[in-house]
Amino acid sequence: MMRLTVTVNGTEYSREVEPRLLLIHFLRDDLGLTGSHWGCDTSNCGACVVWLDETPVKSCTVLAVMAAGRRIRTVEALATGGNLDPVQRAFARCHGLQCGFCTPGMMLTARWLLDHNPNPTEAEVREAISGQICRCTGYENIVRSVLWAARNSGDQ
Amino acid sequence: MQVPAHVEYDKAASVEHALTLLTRYAPEARILAGGHSLIPMMKLRLAQPEVLIDINGLTDLCYINLTGDQIRIGTLTRHADLLKSPLIGVHFAILHDAERVIADPIVRNWGSVGGSLCQADPSEDLSAAFAAVKGTLVIRGLEGTREVSAREFHTGPYETVVGAAEMLTEIRLPVRAGGGSAYLKVARRAGDWPVGAAGATVWLAGGVIADVGIGLAAVGATHFVAADAEEYLRGRAPTEDNLQQAGEIAAASCRPVSDQRGPADYKRHLARELTARVLRIAVARTRGGGGRGPA
Repeated sequence: MMRLTVTVNGTEYSREVEPRLLLIHFLRDDLGLTGSHWGCDTSNCGACVVWLDETPVKSCTVLAVMAAGRRIRTVEALATGGNLDPVQRAFARCHGLQCGFCTPGMMLTARWLLDHNPNPTEAEVREAISGQICRCTGYENIVRSVLWAARNSGDQ
Repeated sequence: MQVPAHVEYDKAASVEHALTLLTRYAPEARILAGGHSLIPMMKLRLAQPEVLIDINGLTDLCYINLTGDQIRIGTLTRHADLLKSPLIGVHFAILHDAERVIADPIVRNWGSVGGSLCQADPSEDLSAAFAAVKGTLVIRGLEGTREVSAREFHTGPYETVVGAAEMLTEIRLPVRAGGGSAYLKVARRAGDWPVGAAGATVWLAGGVIADVGIGLAAVGATHFVAADAEEYLRGRAPTEDNLQQAGEIAAASCRPVSDQRGPADYKRHLARELTARVLRIAVARTRGGGGRGPA
């Protein structure tokens, strides 16, 4: 066991963990942040995407100890000050989810895309989410949601 | 549920520290870079190191620069950084072609260039691409530094010349005039390993192919190289007939095996067709600067 100190959604946590513990399990089982979903376990599906510092990563393929001293952002921190992020409002408005399993990872990738490219083309949206799998929507409404968020990021 | 077996973990404070730890624990220690090759292999027990030495804090191993007539790439450079580097785009379009089809954007954010090479998967795209550009790999140990051709780096599936107490620190690519390059891959679905893939770098001089590098992934090419096809092209004009003949030779000299990604004869067909296509694009890029992109 070793001591891990990491900042998650602005709060510093310190826990004793095994080095082999995966970040997704640390977030869900040790911190109780179950918004990030544990999917394929093989870095294919993207349900477990969180931000590691400023970058989206698949947290099933990162050891929790690798995040020591770094910042993690999960879906629980997308809304700020009681206001949903435009991406969250877009997924609700445009029916960007059905079962919702892929949604946290999709939204975190969408937020990162829009932070770096505020007006993406449809092709750029599809490329950005190409490492994430949705078995419900056929992706149409997810793409529509991200494009809606891009157009409506100003108004709350 | 897939989890790695029990493992000890240490963070390297410097390359020297990493090498000291490797020396202390060899051969049971492994360098942990992005982890996107190693951690999946640990989950499957294809790798079971006793100690991981995390080098993610060594930001001095993340760089892409032009030094004299060489582009130098630090081993911890992320795939995403290679893909967005204008310097790489200008000199080695093949690496941008390859990075666009390696895994997916999220994996590319954290997976490292050096880690991909050291995993030494026979289907690894960058191994074929660096073979095609005739890169050199810098390997460091406590005793000193040595350089190895990218074409001599892999000794077999999942095996490299990197010793148990050594680590790959840098990739060097020779920048020469008259060059053009390209990479193409056929995969079953987005983000997958290739069914077959080919990369080529062509250097023209006086209307003939002065030098050429052809790399093949996933089709059983020795050291990822189509050496016979290169030999055939050297000194010849880049005519359509010659490029197609190079494809024939590449297909004849590789040894693909049938697996869940496809039958051997289809992979051989891909070796032939993709070799000819990347040669065509690489030649066009020597002439037009940008040339047309892979379709």
